[in-house]
Amino acid sequence: MAVSVDEAVSAGPVPKHAPPTRRRSGRGRAIVEVALLTVLAVVMLFPVLWMIETSIKENRDVYAVPAKFFDFDVTLDHYRDVFVSSGLSVSFLNSVIVAGASTVLATVLGVPAAWAYSRFTLKAKKDQLFFILSTRFMPPVVVVIPIFLMYRYIGLIDSALGLILIYTAFNVPFTIWMMKGFVDEVPAEYEDAAMLDGYTRLQAFRKFTLPLLVPGIAATAVFALIFSWNEFVFAIFLTSSDEVRTAPPAIAGLIGGTTVDWGLVAASSVVFALPVLIFAYLVRKHLVAGVTLGAVRR
Amino acid sequence: MGTVAAHGLRKSFGKVQALDGVTLDVPNGAFFVVLGPSGAGKTTTLRAIAGLEKLDAGSVRLDGRDATADTPAERDLAMVFQSYALYPRRTAYENIASPLRARRSSSSEIAAAVDRVASLLHIERLLQRRPAQLSGGEMQRVALARALVRSPRAFLMDEPLTNLDLKLRVEMRTELTRIHRSLGATFVYVTNDQVEALSMADQVAVLKEGKVQQVGTPTEVYERPANQWVAGFVGSPPISLLACHAEGDRLVGADGWTLPRPRWTTAEDGRALMLGLRAEDLSVEQRGDASLPGEVYGLEPLGDRTVVDVRVGTEILKVKARPTITGTPGERLQVTVDLDRAHLFDAGTGLSLSQAGR
Repeated sequence: MAVSVDEAVSAGPVPKHAPPTRRRSGRGRAIVEVALLTVLAVVMLFPVLWMIETSIKENRDVYAVPAKFFDFDVTLDHYRDVFVSSGLSVSFLNSVIVAGASTVLATVLGVPAAWAYSRFTLKAKKDQLFFILSTRFMPPVVVVIPIFLMYRYIGLIDSALGLILIYTAFNVPFTIWMMKGFVDEVPAEYEDAAMLDGYTRLQAFRKFTLPLLVPGIAATAVFALIFSWNEFVFAIFLTSSDEVRTAPPAIAGLIGGTTVDWGLVAASSVVFALPVLIFAYLVRKHLVAGVTLGAVRR
Repeated sequence: MGTVAAHGLRKSFGKVQALDGVTLDVPNGAFFVVLGPSGAGKTTTLRAIAGLEKLDAGSVRLDGRDATADTPAERDLAMVFQSYALYPRRTAYENIASPLRARRSSSSEIAAAVDRVASLLHIERLLQRRPAQLSGGEMQRVALARALVRSPRAFLMDEPLTNLDLKLRVEMRTELTRIHRSLGATFVYVTNDQVEALSMADQVAVLKEGKVQQVGTPTEVYERPANQWVAGFVGSPPISLLACHAEGDRLVGADGWTLPRPRWTTAEDGRALMLGLRAEDLSVEQRGDASLPGEVYGLEPLGDRTVVDVRVGTEILKVKARPTITGTPGERLQVTVDLDRAHLFDAGTGLSLSQAGR
């Protein structure tokens, strides 16, 4: 062998040496990393921490100048107000109904559509998929006026159904795109084999492919749920009465009177944020896990 | 009963014509092998018979009845996939039971049928495992068991042994032949391995670029290839082909060699021909009337025999010889040709000119 190892390695167009900076510093590097991450964490988490603190402070501590960080009196009065005296419990219930129903609808419509786009040859499939995706290109606020006029014409203004439909319309394209990726990962041969076993095409999908899609469906549904739960623009434009309003515009509505009950705002914000956190925590495994691949050799 | 007949199957994927008028007639109880290189349309043919592929044209008849519009379930066929396609979340038992569950058999029937097929394939101890806990050969057996658990019209097998290692493949070849004999059922078996085709088949259909090149018994396909391409594809080492033309009672090679013209050829003088010679019909050890001058180009010892590469003019002939033969590259020698077993093809169309006289 006339070629040494070094020559052989450097003969390639891009030598794959690790950047030397990554090796050099052990301890110093770790300190910088921790410091930067701490700064980031403080900046990101301070508003959350402040919201939680405010929600459990006595009113006089809320307005204290200078602000009290540690030595305030703890109370759960604001939380009682959220559910008892403020009328916000109706808004939270509305949010649950609207977000839940629109997520279920988007999943029921989007998953079979994604399966169809993944499995079948359709005319202009790529164009259709692009068209579906294009509905997500602009922010919702761009179309809120035309939607408002359409809703007023057909009588969907200030109704839960109106919000459910518009959120579904926004979530279906998202569901189709997310789920198409997951369906692509499941080999079509499972369905072929099931059809040879004697099942119909839809049975093959339901009994053999669908169970493998559950992690993907969970992940997609969480994203759809978070979108619907957090949505503010449509909610504030298309609803007006307290009986129909969802939580985001209702909480925003607490600000702007002559006096603002910051304790109540903070407590309702915490209550609003919790379900999403809990839900994301419960399905965290599925959020990162891909689809279980089985016995197909590729 | 189980006859499968495909007529004029046509199917294109975009610009690729996968099937270009494939016609096959599989008699009841046959071990029918569809042989061809990858991309020849073998799998598409099988999927079309199974009803998994929508055809552009053509018809599929099962037991004489037109089944072209039937769903896969209605066709009453079983298929073994190259990838096995075992359901990942189910145990081997449930995988094998699936065709019976789909047909709503009672659980006692299912248990009996799964036990029977499990002992046939020696996989009793694997039944409670999931596909991920099985080796390739075990998955292959489970996939086979899922097909064999029923008595369908016919069994379709898509390169079932391709993913196995050589030893297992040889073992399963014998086993499949045994199963076929004991069931007496119709097998349509797709492979790109000519050894599988020649050793297992009652009938072979050779496929190339979506067209059937030849249908016949393994012996027919090997001994009387319909065209130059089949001759080159079937047989190992591959047949040696020499450009030549007929001149009176001689065949004259492009490199100047001459051989006596075989009695059986009908080709007129001057027509461009290809002479096909199989390794076992050539010899460097025996003397005969017909021989070609050449020189040793290389030796391939294969254990039970040695293949001698002999250069004749600009072409290389593969010659089968004793395993003990020796030779040094460049050594001059004579290759004796068994002209009665030689093949002649029209150089333009590739079609065989040998058929008539034999």
